[in-house]
Amino acid sequence: MEAGQPAQRKAEGARDGARPLLSVRGLGIRFKTSQGIWQATRRIDFDIAPGERVGIVGESGCGKTITGLSILRLLPGNFAGLDGKILFDGTDLASCSARQMRAIRGKRIAMIFQEPMSALDPVFTVGHQIAETLRVHTDVSYEEARAKTLEMLRRVGIASPERRIDDYPHQLSGGMRQRVMIAASLICGPQLLIADEPTTALDVTVQAQILELLRDISETSKTALMLITHDLGVVAETCTRMITMYAGEVIEDATVDEALVRPLHPYTSGLLRSLPHLSPRHGRLPSIPGRVPSIAEMPAGCRFRARCAHAAKGCETEQKLQDAGGGRKVRCWRFAELNLPGALHPPDTPAAAKVATQ
Amino acid sequence: MSAASAERRGEPIVSVRDLQVRFQTSDRRATVKAVDGVNFDVRRGETFGIIGESGSGKTTIGRALVFLLKPSAGAILHDGIDPLALSRGEFQSHRRDYQIIFQDPNAALNPRMTILASVLEPLELARVGSRAERERQAREALERVGLPQEFGERYPHQLSGGQKQRVVIARALTLKPKLIVCDEVVAALDMSIRGDVLNLFADLQRDLGLTYVFITHDLAVVSHISERVAVMYLGQFVELGPTEEVAERPLHPYTIALLSAEPRPLPSAMREESRIVLQGEVPSPIDPPSGCRFRTRCPHAQPLCIDRVPEWRELKPDHWVACHFADRPNFSPNTLETTP
Ligand SMILES: Nc1ncnc2c1ncn2[C@@H]1O[C@H](COP(=O)(O)OP(=O)(O)OP(=O)(O)O)[C@@H](O)[C@H]1O
Ligand SMILES: Nc1ncnc2c1ncn2[C@@H]1O[C@H](COP(=O)(O)OP(=O)(O)O)[C@@H](O)[C@H]1O
Ligand code: SF4
Ligand code: SF4
Ligand SMILES: [Mg+2]
Ligand SMILES: [Mg+2]
Repeated sequence: MEAGQPAQRKAEGARDGARPLLSVRGLGIRFKTSQGIWQATRRIDFDIAPGERVGIVGESGCGKTITGLSILRLLPGNFAGLDGKILFDGTDLASCSARQMRAIRGKRIAMIFQEPMSALDPVFTVGHQIAETLRVHTDVSYEEARAKTLEMLRRVGIASPERRIDDYPHQLSGGMRQRVMIAASLICGPQLLIADEPTTALDVTVQAQILELLRDISETSKTALMLITHDLGVVAETCTRMITMYAGEVIEDATVDEALVRPLHPYTSGLLRSLPHLSPRHGRLPSIPGRVPSIAEMPAGCRFRARCAHAAKGCETEQKLQDAGGGRKVRCWRFAELNLPGALHPPDTPAAAKVATQ
Repeated sequence: MSAASAERRGEPIVSVRDLQVRFQTSDRRATVKAVDGVNFDVRRGETFGIIGESGSGKTTIGRALVFLLKPSAGAILHDGIDPLALSRGEFQSHRRDYQIIFQDPNAALNPRMTILASVLEPLELARVGSRAERERQAREALERVGLPQEFGERYPHQLSGGQKQRVVIARALTLKPKLIVCDEVVAALDMSIRGDVLNLFADLQRDLGLTYVFITHDLAVVSHISERVAVMYLGQFVELGPTEEVAERPLHPYTIALLSAEPRPLPSAMREESRIVLQGEVPSPIDPPSGCRFRTRCPHAQPLCIDRVPEWRELKPDHWVACHFADRPNFSPNTLETTP
């Protein structure tokens, strides 16, 4: 790794660091449905270091949101069971009581969602909602809470917060509501912020503001960020590491640069190649044939097999998330023999070569 | 494509002159100027892209182009004809040539109708040929969009999002339109199948000589598929030109900011360090700013921009822009400063 890439170096350092902040092992979630018990996710393994920014990517339904919610133990009513461990700063959240979880949620781990309107209560002012989180978790006076709220609103880029603190959510624009959500999630100084598609509902110019804010906050306050998104551009701009999910499993784990330039899993490679702006204008877009198997008809062995151009004898066996060297992980036994294209192609352009050799 | 239509490729198939569309707000107290004075031609056989943030008026233009709503002022000509001057019967048959497809295929398909019945419906409404002939055409349309025959007997819930969008496209194709307005047609689809649907649009255009108006907020999609692209802001076009020109040599500060804000899936060594992050959000179309509508967020706004509406001018061949200062030599993306 060369100099001039502070973000990447930090990721490396964090990865080799002593103890991860969050360590998820063998996480799986089951739901009760009319068709029986559904295994929505399984065998999810990943770590997040203190202050690290990790993107969780994958197509609709692959289990990103469920994974985020299970860390906070905020699972829907038809939840039928959780396997594995969720070690957060040494505590296994999977076996915490509801009461212990309430003390952690909002204080040490916070979450923001795609649609801020649904997370904000329409009948309370934004100031009240932010201050309330603080008062639930800490012993502060009303005045202190209000002062801290003002400071936090300013911190997330709300202009003249004294004028906004007593506004109701509907009086704010979409971008301002998302800033308020971020302020509420950060008010107790969490160690981990889980953001589920925080910019999907926003326009691209406002998205740029929010992503800059998230990056900035994680850098200055050392808050780790778990950013759930289907947009690989958003991950590239915001995160240092990228975890790719497919059909309820983690299939690749690498730094963003590694994953973009030299993906090891055929699915990651296929996704990158299907992005329009990276292919020649008006040319044909490569695409991945077929569709994600539904939970009810999950194939045995590699779950990507029916769509994989590299499927061979051996792929019908269960695939482990294996160590691919240099801290990378991949769920494909053929990874070493496949030389897969990434976001830059042809992969031998000078720019790609430069990145690949770093 | 017939020889005659191939010959006329490039001529205007749609001409839009001073188009205005206004809506009453729900409390009837104010007027939303959703589209406020837009001029352009769509050329036969091309893909004309319209890009802009939400609420900028893209869908409203699309609906007006196919006469799903009536312009409040201005004119839209189809092939030189004003469809509003036609008799009722003529208007109904004329409309078949100009179709629109929306983002959500679920809203467009009746969940209780089989796929074949959905595709047949427009043919039946238009009373085309015999029953056998209609069924033949519907099956042909399904085949064209790459759906196997047995899908005709299925119901929408048995199809994936991408397959449903193909059905909606098949449905629009049965009446052999000349032009299709595609409003955010791939926005609801997963990344890995977007490519398939975009490829399908390209194939159909080549085989059938179709013209598209492709509306999207996604820069990548628009630059991939369109020959020309218009950039919309608060009900008006701010820039219009060949896609490559607009994407690589943008003239309007808003276009420059939009391009800069687009998150790029590139490794850190290839991403630009400085980006233009616009402050604030799009103002309300009920009471847009005076002068240049972009002035409240423009990093280059001058006093003149408050007082005077910038003229819509052709600064380079086929490349139009509405900004007082777009022709300043030092006014290029490279010299733009990022806002602090
Ligand atoms: N309450 C539930 N009951 C049954 N199945 C569920 C439930 N919630 C989610 N699932 C299923 O679990 C899988 C993972 O869902 P999840 O919401 O985590 O997807 P996601 O990756 O966040 O997708 P998206 O990008 O669309 O938000 C999906 O197949 C989904 O249908
Ligand atoms: N039927 C309607 N009644 C009132 N306002 C409308 C209606 N349709 C659209 N608008 C308003 O017109 C503007 C442009 O809307 P639209 O064309 O849907 O934008 P876009 O497709 O670019 O997101 C918005 O401010 C929108 O709220
Ligand atoms: S295990 Fe086989 S089918 Fe699965 S991704 Fe690897 S090569 Fe493809
Ligand atoms: S006319 Fe003025 S405010 Fe409008 S885009 Fe040009 S410089 Fe900016
Ligand atoms: Mg989700
Ligand atoms: Mg729209």
